[in-house]
Amino acid sequence: MKDKDLGEIRAIIARHKLWDLIFMIVGIFALMIAVLTFMALFAHMLIDGLPRLSWDFFTSFPSRRPGSAGILSAWVGTTLVMLVTAAAAVPMGIGAGVYLEEYASKNIITEIIEINVTNLAGVPSIIYGLLALSLFVHQFGFGQSILSAGLALALLILPVVIVATREAIRAIPVVIREGAYALGATKWQTVSDHLLPYSAAGILTGVIIGLARAIGETAPIITIGALTFIAFLPPSPVKAEFPFISFEWLMAPFTVMPIQMFNWVSRPEEAFQINAAAAGLVLVVMTLAMNAIAIYLRYRMRKNLKW
Amino acid sequence: MVENSAGGNSTVDAPHAQYKSEVRNLSFYYGAFSALKNVNMMLHEKKVTALIGPSGCGKSTFLRCFNRMHDLYPGNRYVGEIILHPDNINILSRNVDPIEVRMRISMVFQKPNPFPKSIYENVAYGLRVRGVRQRAVLDEKVEEALRGAALWDEAKDRLNQPAYNLSGGQQQRLCIARALATDPEILLFDEPTSALDPIATASIEELIADLKDKVTILIVTHNMQQAARVSDYTAYMYLGEIIEFDVTDTIFIKPKNKQTEDYITGRFG
Amino acid sequence: MTQPKRLGYSYRRHLGERFIEALLFLMAFVSVAITIAIVAMLVKESIVFFEHVPLWEFLTDTEWTPLFDNAHYGILPLISGTVVSSAVALLVAIPLGTITAIYLSEFAPFTVREMAKPFLELLGGVPTVVYGYFALLFVTPLLQKIFPELPGFSLLSAGLVMGIMIIPYVSSMAEDAMRAVPMHLREGSYAMGATRFQTAIRVVMPGAFSGIAAAYILGISRAVGETMVVAIAAGMQPNLTWNPMEPAATITAYIVQVSLGDLPHGSIGYQTIFAAGLTLLLLTLIFNIIGHVLRKRYREVY
Repeated sequence: MKDKDLGEIRAIIARHKLWDLIFMIVGIFALMIAVLTFMALFAHMLIDGLPRLSWDFFTSFPSRRPGSAGILSAWVGTTLVMLVTAAAAVPMGIGAGVYLEEYASKNIITEIIEINVTNLAGVPSIIYGLLALSLFVHQFGFGQSILSAGLALALLILPVVIVATREAIRAIPVVIREGAYALGATKWQTVSDHLLPYSAAGILTGVIIGLARAIGETAPIITIGALTFIAFLPPSPVKAEFPFISFEWLMAPFTVMPIQMFNWVSRPEEAFQINAAAAGLVLVVMTLAMNAIAIYLRYRMRKNLKW
Repeated sequence: MVENSAGGNSTVDAPHAQYKSEVRNLSFYYGAFSALKNVNMMLHEKKVTALIGPSGCGKSTFLRCFNRMHDLYPGNRYVGEIILHPDNINILSRNVDPIEVRMRISMVFQKPNPFPKSIYENVAYGLRVRGVRQRAVLDEKVEEALRGAALWDEAKDRLNQPAYNLSGGQQQRLCIARALATDPEILLFDEPTSALDPIATASIEELIADLKDKVTILIVTHNMQQAARVSDYTAYMYLGEIIEFDVTDTIFIKPKNKQTEDYITGRFG
Repeated sequence: MTQPKRLGYSYRRHLGERFIEALLFLMAFVSVAITIAIVAMLVKESIVFFEHVPLWEFLTDTEWTPLFDNAHYGILPLISGTVVSSAVALLVAIPLGTITAIYLSEFAPFTVREMAKPFLELLGGVPTVVYGYFALLFVTPLLQKIFPELPGFSLLSAGLVMGIMIIPYVSSMAEDAMRAVPMHLREGSYAMGATRFQTAIRVVMPGAFSGIAAAYILGISRAVGETMVVAIAAGMQPNLTWNPMEPAATITAYIVQVSLGDLPHGSIGYQTIFAAGLTLLLLTLIFNIIGHVLRKRYREVY
């Protein structure tokens, strides 16, 4: 090769490598923006909210006086709503996932269901709130209750559970299925004895991620008409007299953590905004912990994958 | 990322005019695994050299040393030298930029791998990477390369169609055109016909025979007949070592080494 | 000795299996039922609304004041709020999300990628109401130092935070698409002497086009449908404006505002939120169709 050409090529390479370097710096910068913003958010809430976090904050009802207001009704409400959500979304999502992965034959109905699941994941959450308002609150007469809220959130996270179930089941190799069938197992026996237990960790990951999302969802619950000022607890699910269990709480009015926070953020008084920071801190720690557990579970699963 | 224990000196003495390249004491490691052990060989200028041997013998690994493809992945290490003539530079040297090496030594892969672009853009890619923008220059080079790869007649009316519309054999010839467009000094072929049917294979082999007037060729093949048909020199490799390297006819008619003979005659491998 | 059982056909077992299959099918069909229910409900309530308000007025009136005595029902102010806040968000999320994706997929060392991916996923899990709080009480005061005339509620501040919130969605999906581009295409490019940046821009990105487009569409859907950040930080006052420095309500913020009040079931005010919801659904539907068409047209075959 001629020296002149070589010099030219070297100049070009040097120029292109400079672009590589520039992009590298820009890339790290872009990555940092999302990360640093979250750090700023967390620090801001920590500084404002941490002093407010005391035992009393968790055991007090909301109040007109910001200093004595707490999140008792909010966290109890969130817990109960999540119970309903999980009870509805988990069996339904797993059932749908199993059907689509193991039972469905390749036909137009299956395809419609599959397209549907994908599209539902893109529907804005507030639309689910409108659905719940029209269907659960008024049509079915559930009212502005824990049941309505729990079901609305269950519909919202259903696609997450379905997709997680399908992926977890798909990861199980065909030989496992063939092994079970070869021993005379029926389809359902294969599913319940082998596929579901082996994919449990993957499904659990999806369920946790879904519930973490549901905990933070505010818009659909506002739409249902959850009250923001609740100074009482729903009726206890455990009773002293027969039959010891009561489902009255399902129909009770309620509030949840993100609504409580939203309510405090919208107050002009700064003292309430400090309450909002404290409630936000609890909420963020809760959702981050759930997501972290899910991510860790998935990491463990990938590492221990036997096949 | 890639460690290189080869000498820091990029120039070496004693040029050999008839050789395009000389491999001296080359060893290569994937992490702790030694894939090539003290390989010595030369590439004769404007000749076809074939690498044969059972799968896993290191022939593709060896080929990919020539354009420093191993630099793309962490944990790889070269020891030894590959000298490129007439410059007398060791292309494995730390001081030599792998990108510069790849601009001078082109490669055709096992499976046709055209980019998801038009036929024209595929061929022009190497020039665009060098910053060539003038349409006239690109047009001329693209035509020349497509002619060189015996694809011009089939492709000239559909240069702007996606490359994936071509058949497998045409795609592989497109990849050859892509490699030719930048006037490389050495052309590396990594089992270029293993994914092709016999007719497409024959056309690629014919092409390789035509190309050796213009460029030095190193080809890895799993097919001994192919090596016998297209190459001038052949190296038989086994477990990361070159067992025998000689003129192709010698290797196939009267190999000096018992191992080579067993492999050639099908008693092994 | 008992008679050895004949190999036969167990109707009981068969029936049980069929029952289970039917049950599982019903569970899968729930997703379709949800879609049907959403569309039916929105259309049903909107029909009542459009009996009161002509469609023409809904589309052209420049005021949205359904709760006033002198009621106007023009959706335009809500659409302008939605479009402006989403545009601000996407101006942040699409470039930064794409750059992050390219960096993680093509440049970042293995360990950086392994650490950054879960972290970005975690960010995607932060409740949006928390981002709303951050926009109102941190970003707005910060922006007011740069633009002293910026009001306490603004589309700009809500949009910026929304954009940062959406980055993880865009980057993670775009990165998955880029990593799905087969290695032999990258090798083909590197073998031609291309640098990382050239390979990323000229080979990997075109190769991952449909996946990247899907990531952008997802980002747009998120921005258009996002509720809490705009409800908290952009104000809830309908305002026909294209200026991000002003406060304005989005479609979603309006629904929140009405829901917070106590409108009687069946009143015209109650029906407005369904008409707004239908508009929102149609907007996201349009983007999804565009995305679908793009994917179909540029589906890559390797």
